[in-house]
Amino acid sequence: MKELEHDSRNNLEGLKGWLNPSRYGWERISYWFQRITGVFLLIYFIGHVYETSTIVNGQNAWESFLELTQTVWGHLFLIMVIGASTFHSANGIRLIFTHVGIGLGTPGRPDYPYNPSSLNYRQKSGIWIALILSAAAMYYGFTVLFGE
Amino acid sequence: MNNSNKNNKDEKKIVLKIFRENTAQKTDRHYDKFNVPYKKWTTVLDALLHVKSYMDPSVAIRYSCRMASCGSCGMKINGIPRLACYTKISELETSTIECEPLPNLPVIRDLVTDFSRFFNHHKNVQPYIQSNDGVDDSDTEKKTFSFYQSPDDVDKYLQFSYCIKCGLCYSACPTVGTDLKFPGPQALAQLYRYFADTRDEAKNRLDIVDDRHGIWRCHFAGSCSKVCPKGVDPALGIQLLRSYMLGISKNEKKLAKKIEIKTNEENI
Ligand code: HEM
Ligand code: SF4
Ligand code: FES
Repeated sequence: MKELEHDSRNNLEGLKGWLNPSRYGWERISYWFQRITGVFLLIYFIGHVYETSTIVNGQNAWESFLELTQTVWGHLFLIMVIGASTFHSANGIRLIFTHVGIGLGTPGRPDYPYNPSSLNYRQKSGIWIALILSAAAMYYGFTVLFGE
Repeated sequence: MNNSNKNNKDEKKIVLKIFRENTAQKTDRHYDKFNVPYKKWTTVLDALLHVKSYMDPSVAIRYSCRMASCGSCGMKINGIPRLACYTKISELETSTIECEPLPNLPVIRDLVTDFSRFFNHHKNVQPYIQSNDGVDDSDTEKKTFSFYQSPDDVDKYLQFSYCIKCGLCYSACPTVGTDLKFPGPQALAQLYRYFADTRDEAKNRLDIVDDRHGIWRCHFAGSCSKVCPKGVDPALGIQLLRSYMLGISKNEKKLAKKIEIKTNEENI
């Protein structure tokens, strides 16, 4: 791509703007959560590979690492993993379709008040369903981990 | 006399908090506050012009049409990019209204930002009809050729051609906020606008954005479509374009027929 002039970073929103997803509706929240959960899952995944590979140091090493998840904080961490993976997968499947233009409607003749067809209620419902599934999975995880 | 006093007492006022900075003179960034009277129909632009007329003429703003057509009065109003002439004070429902320059565009002075980068990205996608045989839309202006397009053909791109280049979408986009080389929603939607036009025969336009900093950086946060004042729905254009680029939807575009128009002089 042709290099562009005027590469001043003056007034860029940058990370500070990124950290506040509340201004632009559900789709921005979905984008934000998808990335937060994606990065969180990546961290978990690295930890998970590390944890499972401790088996090469024998059963004791494996079990002492697993102990970490048996604490209250360990339980809470696992509940976060359950919530994050549920949201990320459910919303991720929705995004795979939207990224190739499926379910966004077709271009037409916009009229006041100009409701954009790509931000339709089918898409918003997809985000809500992902959030509800995630909450339900976390609740279930909570009852299993903290239950009897 | 009595009457006008009563009117003055009833007059509603709003605090306008305006961002101030003169980049050339390297002044400090600060906010100035003004108490501005308003009516039900007063727009933020009206209020800013009131400030300029009666309180502080040095406040720098850019505007022209006052009717959401020229795209020059974009600014961040209460945290969200909007057109000042298209935003009524009464609909904001806050007692203080904060006006700041559009984010992601360098500040020149106060609420005026530099659109060079934004326009460069626009130009970069070749936003004009290209043809292989030298007949293009300038020939339709000269009335030597006309293109045949059905209403369905027109509907494929018409929506995207309503763009007024106001830069609101560019300001709202989270990818633009961290990547200056990303073309942004406006330019990508315009690329799709010409791509979807049956008069256009450009071969390599898609290559322009098939780049590490190109279309693939769109994550469909939808903020562009949320703030667009003209219903362009750039996010839709971008996803439709990506669909073609990934081969999911086939480009079944049938080129518009070109009809040569016989001029009267020739007939005589
Ligand atoms: C069923 C399983 C999964 C699905 C359907 C899925 C889907 C997706 C999709 C569609 C995106 C792109 C979002 C965008 O363009 O904004 C994405 C991003 C991402 N995913 Fe996944 N994913 C899954 C599992 C995982 C796992 C297990 C990890 C971690 C090891 C992960 C890490 C990430 C990361 C780091 C991102 C980048 C976030 C971003 O681009 O905003 N994903 N995922
Ligand atoms: S797409 Fe909409 S928000 Fe973006 S520049 Fe064009 S009119 Fe403005
Ligand atoms: S003054 Fe022209 S768009 Fe607002």
